[in-house]
Amino acid sequence: MKARVTVTLKTGILDPQGKAIEGALKSLGVEGVASVRQGKVFDIELDGIDKARAEALLKEAADKLLANTVIENYRVEVM
Amino acid sequence: MKSAVLVFPGINREQDMARALALISGRAPTMVWHAETALPAGTDLVVIPGGFSYGDYLRCGAIAARAPIMDAVRAHAGNRGLVLAVCNGFQIACEAGLLPGVLMRNARLKFMCKDVYLKVERSDTPFSRGYNAGQVIRVPTAHGEGNYVADAETVARLEGEGRVLYRYVSPGGARDPAWNLNGSTNAIAGILNEGGNVLGMMPHPENHVEAVMGCTDGRGLFAGLVDHVAQAA
Repeated sequence: MKARVTVTLKTGILDPQGKAIEGALKSLGVEGVASVRQGKVFDIELDGIDKARAEALLKEAADKLLANTVIENYRVEVM
Repeated sequence: MKSAVLVFPGINREQDMARALALISGRAPTMVWHAETALPAGTDLVVIPGGFSYGDYLRCGAIAARAPIMDAVRAHAGNRGLVLAVCNGFQIACEAGLLPGVLMRNARLKFMCKDVYLKVERSDTPFSRGYNAGQVIRVPTAHGEGNYVADAETVARLEGEGRVLYRYVSPGGARDPAWNLNGSTNAIAGILNEGGNVLGMMPHPENHVEAVMGCTDGRGLFAGLVDHVAQAA
């Protein structure tokens, strides 16, 4: 079973890296870019557990390590 | 003063810290490997030094904060034991929940390696009794992620409770955005936990302790700790 945890910065948290990427996209002439926020994606392979249990475990993993919930939100998807 | 310096893979400032502690306290610290589960008996001060633990993977300090030794450090702090966390150590302490908030990428996106001026906001703490309140000290910094961020409520609490111990200022001691090198909220350079026994700071006081370093402004922090431990004994 495959799963994906996506970690993004909370609204209102300054994202200088996103700002720099936004500036680079604009200087490349990519049209229509209003703003960029960057984040992280974790692709995780799971074995021997059902989907509901996987979701619960990955939420725990995100709270404990993958995300810093002071500044980041996360989303868990089990495929 | 009996001190212990934690060592994680990728930490590189532990020897500077050990040298400063030996010089000022007269006693070499015990170096404690991250995989240990206990601190040496009778440890007065735990130091989490600077460096790049685990190559700053995931988030600065995130992986080191979950190392086996950290449970013992949390217990030490819970028993009102002293913890000094410098640079990557500050990031580790925040990730470990010993201190509130987080250190984000420097506002100008650059790794900053230069001396900064810090205002000592109060002198009635173990980490600042070697200074006068309001004194300005010059201390080196070297970091890419030192931009202190916390929610408005946490920042208000830190300020209200006098837990902002060191602040980036101009050489004359004025609050000036031009001297807040990493863009930290309220120019915060160092904060205390609720109990006042854990200090996290981005600058490196251990690198300004000998005449050969060109400045000895960092000595007061360590001398104050030695004094505090001697008084408590």
